Amino acid sequence: MLTIKNLQAKIGEKQILNGINLEVKPGEVHAIMGPNGSGKSTLASVLAGREEYEVTGGEVSFEGKDLLEMAPEDRAREGVFLAFQYPVEIPGVSTINFMKTAVNQIRGYRGQPTLDAVSFLGLMKEKMKLVEIDQALLNRALNEGFSGGEKKRNEIFQMAMLEPKLAILDETDSGLDIDALKIVSNGVNKLRNKSNAVIVVTHYQRLLDYIVPDFVHVLYKGKIVKSGTKELALELEAKGYDWIKEEVSVL
Amino acid sequence: MSVTVTDNNTTSELAALLDKQRVATASDAALRKDATDAFRAVGLPAAKAEEYRFTPVTRILEKQFTLSQPTPAGQVSRVKDFTIAGLEADTLVFINGVFSPADSSIQDTTALTILPLQEALATHTALVLKHLGQYADTAADAFTAWNTAAWTNGLFVHVPDNKVVERPIILYHLHDASEGQVITATRNLIVVGKNAEVTILEKYDSTGASPSFSNQVTEAVVAENAGLNLYSIQHDAGQRYQVGTIRIQQANYSRVNTFTFTLNGKLVRNNLQLVLDGEGIESHMYGLYLLTGDTLADNHTVVDHRKPNSFSNELYKGVMDGTSRGVFNGKIYVRPQAQKTNAFQANRNILLSPTAIVNTKPQLEIWADDVKCSHGCTSGQLDEEAVFYLRSRGIDKLSAQAMMLYAFTGEVLTNVKNPVVKEYLDNLISQRLHKNF
Repeated sequence: MLTIKNLQAKIGEKQILNGINLEVKPGEVHAIMGPNGSGKSTLASVLAGREEYEVTGGEVSFEGKDLLEMAPEDRAREGVFLAFQYPVEIPGVSTINFMKTAVNQIRGYRGQPTLDAVSFLGLMKEKMKLVEIDQALLNRALNEGFSGGEKKRNEIFQMAMLEPKLAILDETDSGLDIDALKIVSNGVNKLRNKSNAVIVVTHYQRLLDYIVPDFVHVLYKGKIVKSGTKELALELEAKGYDWIKEEVSVL
Repeated sequence: MSVTVTDNNTTSELAALLDKQRVATASDAALRKDATDAFRAVGLPAAKAEEYRFTPVTRILEKQFTLSQPTPAGQVSRVKDFTIAGLEADTLVFINGVFSPADSSIQDTTALTILPLQEALATHTALVLKHLGQYADTAADAFTAWNTAAWTNGLFVHVPDNKVVERPIILYHLHDASEGQVITATRNLIVVGKNAEVTILEKYDSTGASPSFSNQVTEAVVAENAGLNLYSIQHDAGQRYQVGTIRIQQANYSRVNTFTFTLNGKLVRNNLQLVLDGEGIESHMYGLYLLTGDTLADNHTVVDHRKPNSFSNELYKGVMDGTSRGVFNGKIYVRPQAQKTNAFQANRNILLSPTAIVNTKPQLEIWADDVKCSHGCTSGQLDEEAVFYLRSRGIDKLSAQAMMLYAFTGEVLTNVKNPVVKEYLDNLISQRLHKNF
């Protein structure tokens, strides 16, 4: 589904990604872990098409298409979804109107007819239940005055609405208490199936108790320096990142 | 208000024309003569005049217009192209400053008086002369003086005490500059009696390739516990220059809402002056300007709190693209006796291009010591992170920007109460925003 080859990227003059290689297949969950500043969020941003980052080398193919050539909206329309670490507050735009526009633009791109108001509301009700989010929240301006947990839940609601093939969760667990973490993870798990995939970017192992990964990768200095199964995450939790850093410096 | 006196030829040329055009037998001839003298004394603003620093109206009049050239009679065959569809309203149409009875319709003439001002001057002479020229200050501004000396027609409304007028009144000011340059001076007088209420809208449109200039003045007197909603919708073509002055005199417990929408035109100067000469008054001033190309919109507002316990709130928002320029100058005076005044002012701007400019200047002069006053001016670009957020959900860049701008303008639009007008403006603004301005 997703093939990343030797991906390099910088922001301003600062080189952050130094040759990432990653292969994600349908049905898989990959966790990307690593110490602060290792490039985790940069990787998520580059995949979603954030314009501040400049790709300086390598390639990313998504379902056979060159992802890096696409505008951010086209990546979303092709089925890539980024759950933001810091969801943006947009005064004056309600989540409902925003989602209606998004769903219908994506449908248009895929040659599907526009959803009428009734069908849209039906779809919304169904997904609201799935991620346990209240309609009152969705009637409000997008993320404006939302708590940290409400913002993250709104991200998962949007993910549910857009049904992406590949969801990238960028530190979705940061700032969440355990109850909110469970609700968010539950939502993600309910949305998982054989034909979609999830990349979980996180600093902590805690989230991986709820969203269980098939693969764990450790990012350090802009490179994946170690890959393993979920046990690797537990090892990192127990031992911290220092041993990884030492291993890398020995190499 | 300080206006630098210029000794330029344009002022004397125009003053001579005003003298020549004056009809000595007109019932307001004395007023017009005084205004002409005032015009001569004040003079058109010089290039460095503080009040017109960014808005070179005099230079435009000199370069783009031949003042002695008569304005042709306009030919607007499809007035419908400019009207607000579905709006139930008493309608007055002025084409190149001339009242067009064929295009106008006034339904209710028993409970209140709605007349072209020229006709009112003949039939309601005493009432008109009691108010005409008593508020808009000819000594302070050359354009007000010019208008008082030269107005051709406009609206007269008298709402008697206790009459709440449900049906709005709308004026369409159409300029047809296809047969040559157009210069107009229209004048409105609005008298709202005690406990009465009325909504008046003005819409400005223009056609034709020659330059066109309008100088309009509205005087409104709002009596005790009365209400006035006044809308100005400027939707001109690219060669329209205008200077408009609205002067509203408010008595105790009166309520005024003004809306100034500047959606197009070449150069638009709006002077809005509210005199809160009473207690318990509530005044809201809303403004929205969407500028593109090399358009200039200049909003100069004055709120004069003269008595205690009144409230004023001002919200002006602007979006500027291309090499356009927005100017906002907001004066708030709180007189020594106007204790317990609440006066708020905000001017917010979004610049879409690096070459667009905004000059914003709040000017608060407060002589009372027990007041709540605040002002805030902001200008910035569209929040790129927010645009990216919307795009990352599959929304194209143009739509994402339009959504953001629409939300930005919504804060002003939401205060428009008439649903037909609101929908009309809503559509107009949405279309603009989705067309990349």
